[in-house]
Amino acid sequence: MSKKSFRQAINEALRQEMRRDPRVVVMGEDVAGGAGAPGEDDAWGGVLGVTKGLLSEFGRERVLDTPLSESAYIGCAAGAAATGLRPVAELMFVDFLGVCFDQIFNQAAKFRYMFGGRAVTPLVIRAMYGAGFRAASQHSQCLYPIFTHIPGLKVVIPSSPYDAKGLLIQAIRDDDPVIFLENKVQYDQEEEVPDESYTIPFGEANLTREGTDVTIVAIGRMVQIANQAADRLEKDGISCTVVDPRTTSPLDTGTILDCVAETGRLVIVDEASPRCNIATDISALVAQEAFDALRAPIRMVCPPHVPVPFAPNLEDLYVPNAARVESAVRAVMRHAARQGART
Amino acid sequence: MQLNREDLLRAYRTMRLIRDFEERLHVEFATGEIPGFVHLYAGEEASAVGVCMHLGDKDRIVSTHRGHGHCIAKGCDVDGMMSEIYGRKAGLCGGKGGSMHIADLSKGMLGANGIVGGGPPLICGAALTAKVLKTGGVAIAFLGDGASNQGTTLESYNLASIWKLPAVFVVEDNGYAEATSSSYAVAGSQTERAQGFGMPAQTVDGFDFFAVHEAARTAIDRARAGEGPSLIHVQLSRYYGHFEGDGMTYRAPGEADRLRTESDCLKRFRAQVTEAALLEASDLDAIDRSVTEQIETSVRKAKSAALPADTDLMTDVYVMY
Repeated sequence: MSKKSFRQAINEALRQEMRRDPRVVVMGEDVAGGAGAPGEDDAWGGVLGVTKGLLSEFGRERVLDTPLSESAYIGCAAGAAATGLRPVAELMFVDFLGVCFDQIFNQAAKFRYMFGGRAVTPLVIRAMYGAGFRAASQHSQCLYPIFTHIPGLKVVIPSSPYDAKGLLIQAIRDDDPVIFLENKVQYDQEEEVPDESYTIPFGEANLTREGTDVTIVAIGRMVQIANQAADRLEKDGISCTVVDPRTTSPLDTGTILDCVAETGRLVIVDEASPRCNIATDISALVAQEAFDALRAPIRMVCPPHVPVPFAPNLEDLYVPNAARVESAVRAVMRHAARQGART
Repeated sequence: MQLNREDLLRAYRTMRLIRDFEERLHVEFATGEIPGFVHLYAGEEASAVGVCMHLGDKDRIVSTHRGHGHCIAKGCDVDGMMSEIYGRKAGLCGGKGGSMHIADLSKGMLGANGIVGGGPPLICGAALTAKVLKTGGVAIAFLGDGASNQGTTLESYNLASIWKLPAVFVVEDNGYAEATSSSYAVAGSQTERAQGFGMPAQTVDGFDFFAVHEAARTAIDRARAGEGPSLIHVQLSRYYGHFEGDGMTYRAPGEADRLRTESDCLKRFRAQVTEAALLEASDLDAIDRSVTEQIETSVRKAKSAALPADTDLMTDVYVMY
């Protein structure tokens, strides 16, 4: 056990799995960097240094710098996965999904079903998501609702370095295509992470805190935001459960429904654009399955339905923050109090 | 050469403006005051200017993430660009786009682009508009050696060729897609690729303004005459990293410094025009001084310009909703 950053946790997961299984290969734009160039090899190790050092241990046979050709190399990874390798392809910014979506949703995601259960596609696609980097509209999106929408894909959104390592190892060992999303703002965040290899199963939510008044379900980086809000609310005697689903496909609906049954109030925090996102999905689930448990309307804390702006003051206004979560929680508490007064 | 004195002064001024704009951004970015990603065009000026000297407002270009030079060459307001890069309301995009998305449709500048290979299909559309509406305009895609490997680019070559679109693809090959060498990542040659789609193509020295200008004239004249698209493969280099903050460890030690000494389109231009007695050194010195002042003013304005209002977050998503 030692303190590791989000970046180091992911790097360690890749390294340990590559040592364990020679079929694991890593590919993407500048995952090493410096290919064919006169300077250093492994010049970047990924645009934000996440795959640094893999090249020296595993060589260019297994750490493949690709041309700027997302359709070709994501499709190549899907084809390799279906024929015996276990590729981890890096899309860099998840926004680049736009360039190669067909290979993901019409090809990799559907092989198994279309081929009558005879195909196995152990593919992992890593990508960075999220706002807060002043990277403007084409480098700041979340997009995980789009992947979650596609049957055949699994979607993993770790909220901490510990989860990142265990979930990535699980993703690499998983026999289905997995989209693994990393928040670029979190790479330097540190916590205690075991040195040895471990897995965290998909579809099992993590209760990052347990309380009695309100359930907050939060996705990815929003888990931290939710806990910050919960810390403040605690001081005012409002006790929150914070649920981190860890994976949006599969989704741990049981834990979410259990928590709502306990608290009777639900706030969902999702950084993805507000229409047809994970918050609306969970909201529909709870409205259908736990309507009687609800003591107040569900509230969703999401960005507005606009692209991510460049100007820092606008971007800060765009991303959900602890203050907005806090006020949503207070609103569901007030509603319940009013209802109580009326009866 | 067919360039008169005014043209030559304009060409030099525009290249100098781009260089100083970028050199100043390099300094200002290091202070932490500029948000986000900035990709500098310093070293590549002759390409943007050599091509855009042939264009007017009815002609369209698309650019790349390394777009400041193309914007300036196409006539975008430098103060508006600077304010945009600082995320100010007075910016060309109201502060919503930033360096990677600067655009001015009124100048025929359809945007820098954060997606590598995002531009070539768009330029087929701009060329189609010109063709259908018979505007006489042409459409130019600037793209890098990295984008030359995108499917969108190769599909655009095909589409532009079969429809004989008034388009020109300018492949600015600065040797690196991010940190990966084009000698590793590009199979075959840029010009042979174009020829495979039935397009004429030529390779030019991107440090030589006159070479680029001449090649662009041929390609643009052909497009305007309705004879279809062409490709120009411009060999050049960038003086800075892929983005500001890039340690450039993939480059040879001293590579960027050597380029500045040996391969500088501004120095080459100065030598060419003064040796041929087309311009006096004092003409060029005067431009240098005036550009320094212009950039100074532009940065001052940008720094003191107002931020976007909170309500601006919600505007401009749709025309009507």
